[in-house]
Amino acid sequence: MAPGPRLYLAIALGGALGSVARYLCALAGIALLGPAFPFGTLGVNVAGSFLIGLYAALTGPDGRLFVTPALRQGVMAGFCGGFTTFSVFSLESIRLLDAGQWALALGYVGISAATWLAGAWLGDRLGQRMNRLRGS
Amino acid sequence: MMDLLLIALGGALGACARFWLSGVIARSVGETFPWGTLVVNVTGAAVIGLLAAAFLVPEGIVEGWRETWLLLVVGTLGSYTTVSSFSLQTLALARAGQGGRAAWNVMASLGLCLAAALGGHHAGLNLFGG
Repeated sequence: MAPGPRLYLAIALGGALGSVARYLCALAGIALLGPAFPFGTLGVNVAGSFLIGLYAALTGPDGRLFVTPALRQGVMAGFCGGFTTFSVFSLESIRLLDAGQWALALGYVGISAATWLAGAWLGDRLGQRMNRLRGS
Repeated sequence: MMDLLLIALGGALGACARFWLSGVIARSVGETFPWGTLVVNVTGAAVIGLLAAAFLVPEGIVEGWRETWLLLVVGTLGSYTTVSSFSLQTLALARAGQGGRAAWNVMASLGLCLAAALGGHHAGLNLFGG
């Protein structure tokens, strides 16, 4: 198969898996912590940011894992991209605003941005550290 | 099970659309700033606001439209937009000594996506009569 179709097939598969996983996490968040605050979306966005940071470091030019471009994009653009979501985050934020919950909305936006970036940074740090370990 | 299949289908389409569009944008305007991800996220936020006006009431999803919501919003739009690429690209800018661009990416993404969702929602309420 040419790289184009294989790449898109990997991304489609990753996106499908990531989206289903996101939905299940959102359901779990509501079941465990209630619907007052979007814990599920916050959790998947932080976890997805951590995972993409980790995987990008492990499979990058200095990484210890050798993977095909299709697998790399299937995990990063496909799974991590489908797992995390900026649109649902935006919708949840404006619905909190709409309900007059200004403090909760502001807190959601601020905590989200900070923890997403911290997640990617931590994932990257862990990946770099694993790359420096001896052996294969 | 049907729910999960609808979400998987939407998720597959959304991820491919994002990869394609952000690639087209990156190739045409260059990769010094993650314009592709920004455009994808802002357009996705506008459409989710619009669809929320059509399909959501305070109690939840309008009766009879649950499957459509799962396919279009949870699956397609959820997957079309991305936080992971946004985080990775912001981190890459910061690590490359481009702190200003990294900060701009955060502020532009948050500001424009929330504004787009509000705008889309407002337009939807006018369009669909609230």
